[in-house]
Amino acid sequence: MSAALSTPASTPVDPRDRGGPAQPMLLVEDLRKHFPVRGGLLNRQVATVQAVDDVSFSVRKGETLGIVGESGCGKSTTARLLMRLVEPDAGLVTFDGDTVGVPHGISINEMRRQMQMVFQDSYSSLNPRMTVSESIAYAPYMHGLPARQAHERAEALLGQVGLNPRTYARRYPHELSGGQRQRVNIARALALEPRMVILDEAVAALDKSVEAQVLNLLGDLKARFNLTYLFISHDLNVVEYISDRVLVMYLGRVVETGPVESIYSHPRHPYTRALFASKPTLDPDRRTTEMPLTGDPPNPINPPSGCRFRTRCAFAQAICAEKVPPLEAPLYGEGIGDSPHLVACHLPEAQAAMGVHHA
Amino acid sequence: MSEATYDLPSTRVAAAEQPAAPTPGYWKSVGQRLIRDPVTMFVTFVLLGILFITIGAPLVTNGDPFTGSVMTRLKPIGTPGHWLGTDETGRDLWTRICYGGRMSLLAAILPVSIALVVGGFLGVVAGFVGGKIGNLIMRVMDVFYAFPSILLAIAICGILGNGLRNAIFALAIVFIPPLVRVSETVTAQARQLDFVEAARASGTTTMQIIRHHVLANVLGPILVYATSLISVSIIISAGLSFLGLGVTPPQPEWGLMLNSLRQAIYVQPYVAALPGLMIFLTSMCFNLMSDGFRSAMDVRLNK
Amino acid sequence: MLDATVTEDALRVEDLTVRFVRRNTDVAAVNGCAFSLKPGETLTILGESGSGKSVTLKAMMGLLPDYSRISGKVMLNGDDILSMPRAAQAKLRGRAISMIFQEPMSALDPVYTIGHQISETIIQHEGVDKVTAWKRSLELLEQVRIPSAERRLKNFPHEMSGGMRQRAMIALALACRPNVLLADEPTTALDVTVQIQILLLLRQLQEELGMAIVFVTHDVGVAAEISDRIAVMYAGRFVETGTTREIMRDARHPYTQGLLSSTVHGGLRGKVLETIPGTPPNLASLPPGCAFAPRCRYAMDRCSEGDIPVVTRESGAMARCVKAAMLETT
Repeated sequence: MSAALSTPASTPVDPRDRGGPAQPMLLVEDLRKHFPVRGGLLNRQVATVQAVDDVSFSVRKGETLGIVGESGCGKSTTARLLMRLVEPDAGLVTFDGDTVGVPHGISINEMRRQMQMVFQDSYSSLNPRMTVSESIAYAPYMHGLPARQAHERAEALLGQVGLNPRTYARRYPHELSGGQRQRVNIARALALEPRMVILDEAVAALDKSVEAQVLNLLGDLKARFNLTYLFISHDLNVVEYISDRVLVMYLGRVVETGPVESIYSHPRHPYTRALFASKPTLDPDRRTTEMPLTGDPPNPINPPSGCRFRTRCAFAQAICAEKVPPLEAPLYGEGIGDSPHLVACHLPEAQAAMGVHHA
Repeated sequence: MSEATYDLPSTRVAAAEQPAAPTPGYWKSVGQRLIRDPVTMFVTFVLLGILFITIGAPLVTNGDPFTGSVMTRLKPIGTPGHWLGTDETGRDLWTRICYGGRMSLLAAILPVSIALVVGGFLGVVAGFVGGKIGNLIMRVMDVFYAFPSILLAIAICGILGNGLRNAIFALAIVFIPPLVRVSETVTAQARQLDFVEAARASGTTTMQIIRHHVLANVLGPILVYATSLISVSIIISAGLSFLGLGVTPPQPEWGLMLNSLRQAIYVQPYVAALPGLMIFLTSMCFNLMSDGFRSAMDVRLNK
Repeated sequence: MLDATVTEDALRVEDLTVRFVRRNTDVAAVNGCAFSLKPGETLTILGESGSGKSVTLKAMMGLLPDYSRISGKVMLNGDDILSMPRAAQAKLRGRAISMIFQEPMSALDPVYTIGHQISETIIQHEGVDKVTAWKRSLELLEQVRIPSAERRLKNFPHEMSGGMRQRAMIALALACRPNVLLADEPTTALDVTVQIQILLLLRQLQEELGMAIVFVTHDVGVAAEISDRIAVMYAGRFVETGTTREIMRDARHPYTQGLLSSTVHGGLRGKVLETIPGTPPNLASLPPGCAFAPRCRYAMDRCSEGDIPVVTRESGAMARCVKAAMLETT
């Protein structure tokens, strides 16, 4: 469609790369955000939503880390915390070796030039009064690129996301379909030439056939621009398809993390196992017959003590209510070393993988 | 909601590679929809007509709004030389209405304009910044809200003394709180939209965000609301004059004229009703025009 | 189209057509869809947004706006509800046929308790007294497996979690023991672990009550879990119907094949996904012939010329496609 448009040669070394390939692109340590719930007389704080509670993880250069979980697990809050759209209560974020937002570290603004985000709602994330190319050119222009060059960059990017700039550059968001709008949002996120992109449910609102188109595009762009992705989704199939490593969250905490093959073939945490077992099978002869879990995820306002999953866990014991299980390598783990499979569960069953596998 | 959304090219097959006709800008498309709306076009013409006979009063009448003759008191409509009749001191009513409109319109539009600037600014700040500052602004406005608008206007005029300038000032104060409230609401809504977050995430400063992303999306609704306030403003300002708190005699002003013709209501009921009719007509036209603007500007925000 | 004797069918739809006609637009939302359902059977209408799947359900429930033109037949227990007077239609709806929605918050009234809403419906349709109606409401909540049902009856919708609300809405829909339940994406807004619970609940309820279900979804996985038969809808038309197995394993229509192969699953890791190029057609100006032809990789001249042949298999499975017809004859 747009082969004539310039593509940056895949430079082996990005001049902005500081620590080399071994240094993680993003290192998150003990990130925490508790939202106060106000109410009653005098607007006092009556409760706390523990949206994100001591979340730590790292994203390596060039990989895709998938964050998966149900509503209220804190995955979207995590994305907003990383972009500093929400101020964290505690925790350190290190971008390629530089701590974000501290003296001698990297400024929030500089970090945002290198890390961008695509939102779920393709319509509300575009200004309805701006044309497509204005929206894409806006950020580079604000960062000092002359208007003409900013628009040229916008048109080149449109071509790279598979939209003919001659047809689409001057359209308004409401004149595009959902898939086309999401392509524009992706182009907008790439306009500042970031090294990392956070995709927050970026394909969730799309039809399946369009979703596949956008997923292909994301893979293509990742290779072309040497991108690192943080892919947030509730869709287990999509996360399995796109991710190299996976982080499973439940009620604001990480319950399990590891390489995608390891997690999907040998889920350890009872929650992860229930989550996978809840996935529709796509096979009419092997329908789900047993309910893997009962009830809804509890409210993140005043979550259960100890292990937050214990109220729905079939194996819960006394210790689960007393102590928060640490995220650590299971007793008989595989994949130890370079890319460990970690699980936060007290139960020896989870430690030993219990022989329950999801195919 | 609007018909235009169905036949947009968006649903066409994307493979169609022919360059599309450049789509009109937002304000241009609003203009096109306005032109296609017969009611709005009609009331706009009526308002332009009223504007013409008031501003251009010397062109449409050669009478003098201040001098009358005792001989020609309270003539009925259709009297030769006085086609709309005369008032209780024998002044030509057509001339009085033309010149009176100047004051009436000024006393109606100016306060709303002042309130639009002040209230709009406060509202956008309150809506965008939120938190303590936003709360402070909104609570202060709530105090004003506690009084009915007409009583508030009368009270302020009573304190400041009568006269056109004070009446305009009083009305501006009356209209600030509702404009603050409307601007605050639409701004707070716009602020939560993802594109504002996206702009923040790419390092845009707060002032740039307000200028490029928020204002463009809230100005429309605020302007529409302000237009509808003009219709209220005409009635209240006429009311103030009627009560003797606004324009002072012998200055012509519709509300004042209505008051002085009150005594003639049994002698020449139609003549006496004419200033009231003008107030009603103008107020209604502004109201209908704001309705027309509202529907013309309605781009559906959700697909 | 799908053969069955009239008397056995709980629901039978013939040539249902819906157009939205307004001053300067004419949108052909549903273009002659036909199916029949036996008691205890589940038909899933599978399609993407704008395919007309929800409009089909709303047309049956009389939930479409005034400017819509509906024609065709909707036979419920042998009577055509579209030709009935409005009052008689209203009586049937909610009683013999009822509907559940994607967003329970919009279907439940926020100012009344769950118990009040369910018993009110029962009183309205069956004229029983309050005590009986309340008892029935309690049974219904127990039937949809809401824990501590007695207490939940006194809850307002906003006091319940998403999954519980969905169960409450199902209870409300089942209040008058309908023969046919229409389900419009009832699990789309739910989390995966809750979605499977609702799907299993619907299957159990169907076994207990023997009602027929028309289930609308865009999710192939959900369709595989719930349905006996699947009808694939594109641009207001059924392009393929068949048993769940036939559709999932042996789809004949290129659109169905594309939909299935663009459904992401883990086995596709590292591969480029197969996609259907382009976007669905504008319903205000449908192309002649097959509406899928502009996106179809097998498209030939015949596809855009008038009537598209319908291929029927012995089982009753149907595909509306030129290419499938050619494969059949050779």
